[in-house]
Amino acid sequence: MSSTPLDAAEAPAAMSTRSPGRAAWLRLRRDRTALASGIVSAFLVVVALAAPLIGVAYGIHPQDTFQEDLDRFGLPYGVAGGVTGTHWFGLEPGQGRDLFIQMVYGMRTSLGIAFAAALMTTMVGVLLGIVAGYLGGWVDAVINWVTDVTLALPFLIFTLAVIRPIELHFYGPREAVPGSFRVIVLITVFTAFGWTTTARLVRGQVLSLREREFVEAARASGARLGRVLFRELLPNLGAPILVAFSLSIPAYITGEAALSFLGIGMLEPTPDFGRTIFRSLNYLQTDPAYVLFPGVTIFVLVLAFNLFGDALRDALDPKSLR
Amino acid sequence: MGFFLLRRVLLGALTLFAVSIVTFAMFFALPRDPATAMCPKNCDAQRLERVRAELGLNDPKPKQYLRYMSGVFVGRENCPAPCLGYSYVNNEPVSQTIGRVVPVTLSIVIPASVLWLALGIGLGMLSALRRGTVFDRLAIGFSLSGASMQLYFVGGVLLLVFVYTFKVLPYPHYTPLLDDPLAWCTALVLPWCTLAFLFSAVYARLSRAQMLETMSEDFVRTAMAKGLRQRTVVRRHVLRAAITPLVTAAGLDVGTALGGTVITETTFGFRGLGRTAIDAVRDGDLPTIMGTVLLASAFIVVANIVVDALYTTIDPRIRLR
Repeated sequence: MSSTPLDAAEAPAAMSTRSPGRAAWLRLRRDRTALASGIVSAFLVVVALAAPLIGVAYGIHPQDTFQEDLDRFGLPYGVAGGVTGTHWFGLEPGQGRDLFIQMVYGMRTSLGIAFAAALMTTMVGVLLGIVAGYLGGWVDAVINWVTDVTLALPFLIFTLAVIRPIELHFYGPREAVPGSFRVIVLITVFTAFGWTTTARLVRGQVLSLREREFVEAARASGARLGRVLFRELLPNLGAPILVAFSLSIPAYITGEAALSFLGIGMLEPTPDFGRTIFRSLNYLQTDPAYVLFPGVTIFVLVLAFNLFGDALRDALDPKSLR
Repeated sequence: MGFFLLRRVLLGALTLFAVSIVTFAMFFALPRDPATAMCPKNCDAQRLERVRAELGLNDPKPKQYLRYMSGVFVGRENCPAPCLGYSYVNNEPVSQTIGRVVPVTLSIVIPASVLWLALGIGLGMLSALRRGTVFDRLAIGFSLSGASMQLYFVGGVLLLVFVYTFKVLPYPHYTPLLDDPLAWCTALVLPWCTLAFLFSAVYARLSRAQMLETMSEDFVRTAMAKGLRQRTVVRRHVLRAAITPLVTAAGLDVGTALGGTVITETTFGFRGLGRTAIDAVRDGDLPTIMGTVLLASAFIVVANIVVDALYTTIDPRIRLR
């Protein structure tokens, strides 16, 4: 884009020839917050994806322990929890694992679960919302009522309650539960509770879209239900779905970390922010850096995604108030 | 208005009914063998048989559900009226455990919610009135960072600063309000601040947007054009219209606040409802988890009815529906 200001007569003409998507992209690029938060988010996603590569380059595996660098109370030697050239974020007291590589792999756990949960909720929410909005009648009434009941349930309390019974369905009371099972349970639980917002949003949009002429035209030309729903209506819902998707990611990052903090999310030895912070609270007095590194990391992660989601909404809907 | 409220109460009762069925199914139909799960670690075959018999686990599920629910309303033997079942881990009726820990949770959540509503709405309104100023920018920064913070991290940092580094507060240890109001206060001030910081950030943002939207409406322009002072316009016209959606948000947030309280209790080591539920999850103490979930849901449904009642008082337009 040229840096010379467009003159007043040219500007509206130039705007009207742009497709809505391109106009949104230009607005997004001009927004400095969007740029900064977008770069940080993208960087953290790359860190999460490249975790094993970073581990190789850094030369330390997440399960490596460095007991020789801990004193007899299990506390790391040196400043700020044992920060050195080899251990950038220091060591975990007691276990002696490298905190930096724990955080890198923790990013993978966190973003992996958050993206999977966001994808699942968006799919379920869009499907139910589009069906409820277009079909109306008793289908709409039932879906709406289920949405209401789901919204009335206290998410965190219900999740912490449901995890044990689900495990008891598949495993005996004294059996060990594998970590991968917890991942599946967490994503399922997030999906079961999270689809409602997307469904509400999509239903509202579909209610106004279904009266439009192009939908009527499709119906009149004998298009089947699936075609009307997914080929005619769905492409018009891109913007709100994208915003809902991107803002749900930080919400699931927070949710997953909170559950792990409470001891009902990810289990050892899978690296995780929430569980690390829970552990670090016992060392507040003796090793304060241990709470700061994971705390600041997850803060930056959630802030970047929140800011980017907000900027995306502003870019896609110029009328929205900040 | 009476009709409106009656309808809300009936709807609330229906929701609670649905929740109770879901919860019951979760705890008695989902696990392969609820009796073994509920029996403590050193459970012999004889005791297991007794648990099975007491719970009537061989009966059909609807009958079990009816027995549980009748226990809630009229009680059972060795378990007076709001009987939420018997915990084989704690060796006492669940309602007794809950009765002991509820004051802790209420002591955290009630003052904290007063604090965050006042702080959040006040901040949002001031920054809307001073749009574009340094104060406004600071308030936006506060609410953006607050909304991305984790409760337990804020709690940890507050502990680090006030308890461990500057030693201005003792390590939080719950004391009942009636025993020693001052100790109650000093123990709870950090949890209150933690919750208030995070939640007020959300409300500051919401109320700022709401105020700005209301202030651009026609009736506000009319009031200004009449020559009313700005203070009068804000107090008599804008506030009343802007606060209604905030009340709805507060009603919907009761559940989130309870969840936040669970995290806060864990961070500061209080034994409230949340901590009890988590310990119950760890011990596989299904009756206690179920009791807490039912109580929390009932609390949320009741809170929402109260919010709706407030709503009709604040905004007369609602009553017309």
